Amino acid sequence: MAKVFIYPATSLILSDLVARFGHKPLGAALGIRERIQTAGVDSPPLQITPEEPKRGLKYAAVEVPSGVRGRMAIYGPLIEEAEAAIIVTDADLAFGCMGCARTDELILFSLRQKGMPILELKYPTNEEEGILFVAAVRKFLTSLPEEGEA
Amino acid sequence: MAEYIPKYVGTITKYVFIESPSMTPGELALRAYEASEGVLIKETCFGLQLTGVPEAVDRLIDEIRSFDPTHIFVKDRGFPPGDPRRCRANLGGARPGYLGHEREFRILRYITRGLEELDRRGEDAEVPEAEVLREKRPLLDIKRLQELIETEEQ
Repeated sequence: MAKVFIYPATSLILSDLVARFGHKPLGAALGIRERIQTAGVDSPPLQITPEEPKRGLKYAAVEVPSGVRGRMAIYGPLIEEAEAAIIVTDADLAFGCMGCARTDELILFSLRQKGMPILELKYPTNEEEGILFVAAVRKFLTSLPEEGEA
Repeated sequence: MAEYIPKYVGTITKYVFIESPSMTPGELALRAYEASEGVLIKETCFGLQLTGVPEAVDRLIDEIRSFDPTHIFVKDRGFPPGDPRRCRANLGGARPGYLGHEREFRILRYITRGLEELDRRGEDAEVPEAEVLREKRPLLDIKRLQELIETEEQ
């Protein structure tokens, strides 16, 4: 079972397909859950504390805005943990403020820099593309090493 | 600063989405309750939220998927159900994240079609690959770069 980072990190479709074909999807929910279930200082809504931008320094320089570093504190460890990635390049749901947009760019850059297997796709717009989409994802996930092989 | 004491520590929460012509979220919830064995189930307009220890939730999801494998979709959730920071009962309007789900919900039928077709063709069937894409951005021409540098120097 390989750990596969999904982009958009909140994608229902990618999360489901990765789990369906026997691997572990790494998405935003895992990072958020870790913070929500850790006791400490109350910092609603996402329990992002002033510590996160400091942890984000591992992934972005100090002059990068704290919003990007704070977000990278969630995504950075997941990217480090990932053994493969699936990226949907035309995901219009992955939009947001400037902090989200720049973090997304940094996530994609970090994934490509890591040199791991990456599948890049577009969302299907009809049934025929749906078949191709699922087939490409299945073929990619089947080609990944099982646990212990890597 | 107030102290934060988390609830549901050690549990996981997963969304179950159903987009099926033969089963409603209500029917799915009734069948899920029968097999729940201690997992907290919350029915929603699009499916369910399941909360419990990881092994129990995974077992229940395997069971739920078998009801209608190509029409049921699952993903992780960071927050437990009814959390005041996310629940729209407290906030009003759409729950944060709902609009993203709504956007993907529209294309679930294409994914369903893909899963059905691949099941029909079998594991080893040759299926043409989707075009693998890299984001195409126009590159800066080297002559244009030289012009920019010279302009800057002047």
